[in-house]
Amino acid sequence: MQFDWMKIPYALLTLFIVINFGYLLNSFIAKIAARVGRRRGIPIWQTYIDVAKNYGLRTSITHGVMFYLGPVFRLSGGVGLLLFVPSIYGSYMFSNLSFAGDLILALYFVFFGTLGMALGAAESGHPYSAIGITRGLSQVTAAELPFALAVFSVALQYQTLSVTDIVAAQQGGILHWTLFTNPLAVVAAMLSLLGSMMRPPFDVVLAPQEIPIGPPTEYHSSYLALMQTNRALFPIAKLVIYMNLFFGGATDWPTFFLKVFLIYMWSVFVGVSFPRFRVDQSIRWFLIWAVPIGILSIVLV
Amino acid sequence: MKDELKKRLVKGPDGVEFEVDPLRDYYCDARPQVEPPAVSKIVEDFFNWARAESLWILGFATGCGAIEMRPLMTPRFDAYRFGVQWRPTPRQSNLFIISGYLSTKTLKRVIRSYEQMQSPKYVMGLGSCTINGGMYWDSYNTIKRLDDYLPVDVYVAGCMPRPESLLAGFEELKRIIREGKGEGANKYAAEFDRYKANQKQVIHDWDMPDYNW
Amino acid sequence: MRELYEQLKRLFPLGEYTEQRRDLAFVTVPKDHLRPLLIHLRDRERFSHLVLLTAVDWLEEGHFQLTYLMNDRAGKRDLGLRVLIPRDGAAMEGIHDLWPTAATYQRELREMFGIDFPGSPRVNEEFILEGWTGMPPYRRDFDTKKFSEENFNHRPGRATTDPATHMKEKLYPDEA
Repeated sequence: MQFDWMKIPYALLTLFIVINFGYLLNSFIAKIAARVGRRRGIPIWQTYIDVAKNYGLRTSITHGVMFYLGPVFRLSGGVGLLLFVPSIYGSYMFSNLSFAGDLILALYFVFFGTLGMALGAAESGHPYSAIGITRGLSQVTAAELPFALAVFSVALQYQTLSVTDIVAAQQGGILHWTLFTNPLAVVAAMLSLLGSMMRPPFDVVLAPQEIPIGPPTEYHSSYLALMQTNRALFPIAKLVIYMNLFFGGATDWPTFFLKVFLIYMWSVFVGVSFPRFRVDQSIRWFLIWAVPIGILSIVLV
Repeated sequence: MKDELKKRLVKGPDGVEFEVDPLRDYYCDARPQVEPPAVSKIVEDFFNWARAESLWILGFATGCGAIEMRPLMTPRFDAYRFGVQWRPTPRQSNLFIISGYLSTKTLKRVIRSYEQMQSPKYVMGLGSCTINGGMYWDSYNTIKRLDDYLPVDVYVAGCMPRPESLLAGFEELKRIIREGKGEGANKYAAEFDRYKANQKQVIHDWDMPDYNW
Repeated sequence: MRELYEQLKRLFPLGEYTEQRRDLAFVTVPKDHLRPLLIHLRDRERFSHLVLLTAVDWLEEGHFQLTYLMNDRAGKRDLGLRVLIPRDGAAMEGIHDLWPTAATYQRELREMFGIDFPGSPRVNEEFILEGWTGMPPYRRDFDTKKFSEENFNHRPGRATTDPATHMKEKLYPDEA
């Protein structure tokens, strides 16, 4: 098979667009959350300033190689997730590096970032990082379980592991979306989405007062800026998968922005309405509510 | 000095005994360096602007003034719209607000937290107690002049200052940073010996390295 | 409270009685009779809760007053026991075996007043102060102003005015 080298600059362009969209979306979401609390909220460009400031700090200290690699792993998880999944269906420029088995790879990348953090934080020497990481990993695992089930269900339904093919199968009207052809899988996946977006009620792992700020305690300066970039990129990359698998994908950028925003709003809506779960509560919640729905969806398919 | 900070022999899980000197092994005690600003003036100006617009405060409250910081997070004052936010760890914060009276016992923790912050970093003295001791001017265990122990960029006077004056203090600090005068960290590094001598004069049981980050 | 005092007086050689409110009174007790009285109050009179243990420095008279404040939860009343001990070589028998919480109070009194409680757990460890070498700071012959002036750098330019005359001059300049 001939590899098309022009795909690489196009993929980088996608990355650029998505990162900027992610920054703006993050500020916008923070602003929405603030408005719910009747505050004015941060300026829309605040995330850019924060990142610029963190890159502009003069000192940074390291705790060894793994400490460097933590944010890098995390960011590459986000980038990888984005690049191996087509962002715009049917567009040569923005179909990125998708290939036949990319669904499995995407599942792997979702988990990759947290593992990278585990390695990095363990190296930081923070006495409680191990606890923070354990809690983070166990919650992410519990949250990923229904998602994985839903993905298998969808893969079974369409008899393919290629995201492009799945999107292709959903074209031709809103009723062709997985949302309507396989609703149980979508419900399971949307419940799982709440857990992996790191918003309330499932953000106790990152909550500032919990085991002081959890895994990223020791990260600062440019490391923190890298992680902020990932915080902008990763949710979008994940939402692209959701959009492709369950909501018919997008054929142009406006549709893309709108759909990603609406799916994000689902987790924001839940987030501002409900208080936080403890980690054990949230794991139990996922196992009791989300996992059976995922299993059911596989059985029905 | 506390027992856990003394030099001692530890037996590892593989049965080999080795000596542990916590003050040397667990901390890095290299002196702070004066960090030069970026070479290009435009870049430095841009960074200073970014630093000014994104003040991250260390959530460390030393005295009663901390109660004046809480309202800033609420809808009435909402400091977030000025780019101010609170961080729970010294690694990620740039602004240290000494909120009110500072006892010598707290001073010890304050110094350790301050030294863990990444440069450039700023200190704000909140309330009269940090300026001249305030109502604790004859107390046996609070310091009277904060700027003897840490490089202070801005003082906010009052007992206690209202949240509005704290916001005004933020604006003043932003102006200082934008003008490129917020060089407290470099001042601390340059006059390190003087600051250390002052700190050791009041902290009688000095059981930490001279500089820890 | 008066009846309780009369009852107790038949059993113990009690000193001066002060009634602050209907449900709060103080009694002076000789040092040696404190422990039996505490046990009696706790087991027979339902004063089961030790509210606080604190000290007063009577510098001129040359003794410390220890105050044991007891609370009768059911009867909603408090009784304070005053014990006078000499200031020189101040020491007192601990009551940490009756109420474990007393150990913390005793540690504080040891540090702030220099009153020794032999046998009380961790009584000689630092409680609030760190690296304190001088005289216990709550003793009244400890000059906190002098200590502060000697140990801390002061910022010059501090002026002190008498509040009454100052306000008078500011608010009613004609009458001053």
